[in-house]
Amino acid sequence: MSSIVAPTGITMGTGVPRLDPHAVRADFPILGVSARGKRLVYLDSAATSQKPRVVIDALCDYYSTSNGNIHRAVHYLSERATTLYDASRETVRRFINAPHVHEVVFTRGTTESINLVATSFGQAFVRAGDEIVVSQLEHHSNLVPWQLLADRAGAVLRFVPVQDTGELDMDAYRRLLSPRTRLVALGHVSNALGTINPAREISDAAHEVGAAVLLDGAQAAPHMEVDVQSLDCDFYAFSGHKMLGPTGVGVLYGRTSWLDRMPPYQGGGDMIDTVSEQGTTFAPLPSKFEAGTPDIAAVVAFAPAIGYLQRLGMEAVASHERDILAYATERLAEVRGTRVIGTARHKAGVLSFTMEGVHPHDIGTILDGEGVAVRAGHHCAQPLMRRFGVPSTARASFYVYTTREDVDAMIDALHVVRRVFG
Amino acid sequence: MSTDTGELYQEIILDHNRSPRNWGPLADASAHVKGHNPLCGDRLELFVRFDGDRVADVSFVGEGCAISKASASMMTQAIKGKSRAEAEALFERFHALVTGTGDAESQKSLGRLQVFSGVARLPMRVKCASLAWHALHEALQESAPNPSPPTDAR
Repeated sequence: MSSIVAPTGITMGTGVPRLDPHAVRADFPILGVSARGKRLVYLDSAATSQKPRVVIDALCDYYSTSNGNIHRAVHYLSERATTLYDASRETVRRFINAPHVHEVVFTRGTTESINLVATSFGQAFVRAGDEIVVSQLEHHSNLVPWQLLADRAGAVLRFVPVQDTGELDMDAYRRLLSPRTRLVALGHVSNALGTINPAREISDAAHEVGAAVLLDGAQAAPHMEVDVQSLDCDFYAFSGHKMLGPTGVGVLYGRTSWLDRMPPYQGGGDMIDTVSEQGTTFAPLPSKFEAGTPDIAAVVAFAPAIGYLQRLGMEAVASHERDILAYATERLAEVRGTRVIGTARHKAGVLSFTMEGVHPHDIGTILDGEGVAVRAGHHCAQPLMRRFGVPSTARASFYVYTTREDVDAMIDALHVVRRVFG
Repeated sequence: MSTDTGELYQEIILDHNRSPRNWGPLADASAHVKGHNPLCGDRLELFVRFDGDRVADVSFVGEGCAISKASASMMTQAIKGKSRAEAEALFERFHALVTGTGDAESQKSLGRLQVFSGVARLPMRVKCASLAWHALHEALQESAPNPSPPTDAR
């Protein structure tokens, strides 16, 4: 008889392994706290995820046993820190199936990853009259850097329109592409609506006109399998803190052929080869893009976060979130006057909604009083809010530790909102 | 409902949210100030007509949560007919109320506006409650008559 030892939270059976969120929850100390005297119901993982014990311990262990600066001294601690830091890079490489480890650049987060490309790629390749394609769906961090670049270079931003379902208009996208298109910068998953965009189709069409493709993966990498080779993108940006890791670490994956031809983003230590008064030759990839001392502890503790997700299995993670999303969408319909914004066929675990006669901020405050944490606001996506004619929405977002009981608690709290506002 | 939110969403606030008083633009306004909370996207426009030193009329339009709308509505009622100095003093006391820095006596003098005292326990909502008041503060400053030239004390 063969026996399979399943990791915490996973039940093996036929087909896709199922994730047991109740078992997962035991690994997250913060989920035991009470909020406003109630059981904490955390439905804001799209803003930042909570951290499992292994990640919290890794941060503590790093500072207790291994803290030194990387890639510098010959002493014991520097060597230890460097080994751990480089091991994290390899962990990330495997997680996204990047061909080469030097194509994984550590940044402070998705925002910095995108700004790096806007600055360095922009300097090398974007000229007056060139076009950059973005969409109405973007988080401000995948829009403002391109506006700044367009201003600097005299380039033009073109916007892919969004349909009523919250899906990109792919026909319009294809029509926007031309030999003038230098770069396509689109979200893989929308933070505000949860729409999963057809990333491979986006890449293929862009490459046909010779444009490079950047995917903002901040809301995708935490929730589904990401393989940069099968997506065939040129750049992929994401953050550690939305996928069980610490704040202060993000990733930019970039194809060698582009990264090699891009100038450094920032100058400083660790990114140089030799420096003289007259000039500097730069370090090879990825150090060229990692000036200064990074958040070493965060990078080191990011590895166990990825390890945790890999033990659960990204397929099981995605399937669990689909299940919770379907349940929440169905139950939300019970609450009078609610309207779901974003009804795409393929959605990640995000439920954005409005409630007739009640401003999302008031929903947020009353839910908070019941211990339920949701986001209320424009989700850093003001053009998208305007597209749907709402100033803001309430947003519940789900993750590996979200249970149906959490959804029930939110629905109960929404009934309280309804009672207050009539 | 939890005590804190129950204290905040009292009937008077809900009523002013449903039917805001002094709603709509003012044709002959002497001051027109736009307030914006970039954090949540709430917007408000305040119109004030001064008659000499007095707030002769005041109104607002905008889009925001119940707290910001009710606060604006109740503010217009509170300052109509007041002198500039009185309106400015109310702004100071209201600000102290919602940031939890005022004393009991100053709080009591606010009368019905004390209904917003619960905001002090919800720091994320202070901006909502004070959006209209900050617009008023700006309107008072913008439209202030030129200060009289310093007189020789001797």
